Amino acid sequence: MSVHAPILVIAIPLLGGFAVPILARIHRTVRDLWVVLIACVVAAGVGYVAAQVFSQGIWVYVLGAKTPQETRVSAGFPIRIMLTVDAMSAFMGLIAGILALAAFPFAVRFIPEEEGKTLALALGLLLLAGIAGMAYTGDLFNFFVFLEVTSIAACGLIGFRTWTSRAPEAAFKTMLLYSVSGLLFLLGIAFLYGEYGALNLAYISAQLRGSMVDRIALALFLSGLLMKVAAAPVHFWAPDAYGEAPAAKTLLLVVNTQVSLYGLWRILFTLYGGKLDAGVGWLVISMGLLTMAVAALMAIGQTDLGRLVAYGAVSQIGYMLLGVGVGLVSLTSRADYGLVAMKGGIFHMLNDALTVGLLFLCVGAVEWVKGTRDLRELGGLGHQLPAVALCFLLASLALAGIPPLNGFASKIMIYEGSFRLSPILTALAVLASILLLAVFARAFQGVFLGPRTEITGRIHWVFLFSMGVLAVGIMVLGLVPGFFVEQVVAPAAEALWRGRALYLAAILGG
Amino acid sequence: MTVVVRTIARVLLPLSLVFGGYVVMHGHLTPGGGFQGGAVAASGLAMVVVAFGADRLAKKKGLLSVLESLGGVAFAALGFLGLGLTFFANVLAKTGGLFGNPVPYGPNPGDLNTAGTLPLMNWAVGFKVLAGLGAVVLLFALFGGEHDR
Repeated sequence: MSVHAPILVIAIPLLGGFAVPILARIHRTVRDLWVVLIACVVAAGVGYVAAQVFSQGIWVYVLGAKTPQETRVSAGFPIRIMLTVDAMSAFMGLIAGILALAAFPFAVRFIPEEEGKTLALALGLLLLAGIAGMAYTGDLFNFFVFLEVTSIAACGLIGFRTWTSRAPEAAFKTMLLYSVSGLLFLLGIAFLYGEYGALNLAYISAQLRGSMVDRIALALFLSGLLMKVAAAPVHFWAPDAYGEAPAAKTLLLVVNTQVSLYGLWRILFTLYGGKLDAGVGWLVISMGLLTMAVAALMAIGQTDLGRLVAYGAVSQIGYMLLGVGVGLVSLTSRADYGLVAMKGGIFHMLNDALTVGLLFLCVGAVEWVKGTRDLRELGGLGHQLPAVALCFLLASLALAGIPPLNGFASKIMIYEGSFRLSPILTALAVLASILLLAVFARAFQGVFLGPRTEITGRIHWVFLFSMGVLAVGIMVLGLVPGFFVEQVVAPAAEALWRGRALYLAAILGG
Repeated sequence: MTVVVRTIARVLLPLSLVFGGYVVMHGHLTPGGGFQGGAVAASGLAMVVVAFGADRLAKKKGLLSVLESLGGVAFAALGFLGLGLTFFANVLAKTGGLFGNPVPYGPNPGDLNTAGTLPLMNWAVGFKVLAGLGAVVLLFALFGGEHDR
């Protein structure tokens, strides 16, 4: 079975998601155990795939062939759907696995039965399947299909609380943006398919001429994916979406955003590797700066804890765009600082997943005990929920990039790389971090400090377990970042930086 | 709705279900397939909802939900069937058994008993789409509110 691991990571949550409504009819406990089991299997699967890929190089899996390695038909042309897992894909899979491990046990306890828990769990598993598919696929059209799978599942989760007025509005907004971004992406694929007659990412990349049509397709890919990652001018769906979805499921929405970001890296570095104008890198950098500045400024005025954390999450996307954008600008000159900035940007994806994930779990816990997320009504929860307060403080400091936590470890690499390109970039990034620190300090003070207030619910130990998983991750990554940067982040960054030839060779042969 | 509409719905429901089934059945030979056939069959359900009102069908929601899940599970399970070779490998084709005839060459009317797991997947998708679209139409009709009618 182990030779099928990449596809099983996608297929098992798909099967598991479809089976959830049937199992719910047998018994609710069976369903809950099943969902947690599937999440554990997926986490183990991505861990195994990552271990294999980091030690033995790119793992290609061909669907429907006689053997998983049969990449080409006799004409010498890749036509089948292929999964191509390189170090970057495996890294993305790891992020999804860790957050699934934290999100599903939390969700099983957190979502009330009468609110349609069965459907939320089923949609969550389908979202996980789509995320794993986007991370592992080596086929452009397949990527689009999984993009749509995640879009539909995500919109279902965002509009989940149909009886409130804000959730359907958020879902509608998100669905509009996701549909437009999906269609732009599809149109880009159509351009490339018309020109090269293929959908395999490696094959198109090898054939790519850099013609006008290719540039138009690139513009479509960029605009589609930047919408989906919530970059600045089109970020407005994200705070609504993150704020309104059930807290445990917001973790998966965060991973969904990051896997779209991964798709952007894949397009820029692998598909268009070496054929990009230098301006594209500066475009990515400026989008990054705009995103972090706008989101940090918007966070100041928020009165809803969920939306405040969501703006924090959006601003972190800006740091990733900045880091990898610096890498993209210096790609042609092969300057060392470009690779440092890229490592920082990619490391920040993992750190952001952990910190933002933990913040949303804290928001969920606060909502659980108080029934509201309005900052004007909250206060004094530190007396009753010391563990949650500690987690929130830890994650806030990590998000703002305070040493010795993980956010600092990746941000310092981004600062270091971008400083060599232009000190102005670094100054703006530091400024946004300071703003975020102020915002989150205020939020912490408002929610957890002050006189004791009445609470209506009790924290379940499963909540603390999920938070603990992420909190331990934050501290470990912050205290010994060197080990993870060497073993996990560096191969992922190298796979984008110089790995294009290997990626192509894995599919097309030497 | 009026007697005319109800009578015609009674006549057309079996027709649309059979035609939907036909489109699914011949998905591997002619244009169409699981999604299209399922949508055709679901249009029959929509007609019943319009003619007889959603309230009489409200109890069937659970059935549709189970049918949809079964369709999804069956599709994924058929993918797992190929795991001896690779995921989604067509293990039933050319084995002589169910849908296992070799595909005839040259001009021919088409052999239904070919293509291995593909027709089975078409059926899985067909049931999923029938149940899914049917449930969507039914829910819209149930929760649409008075002013929408």
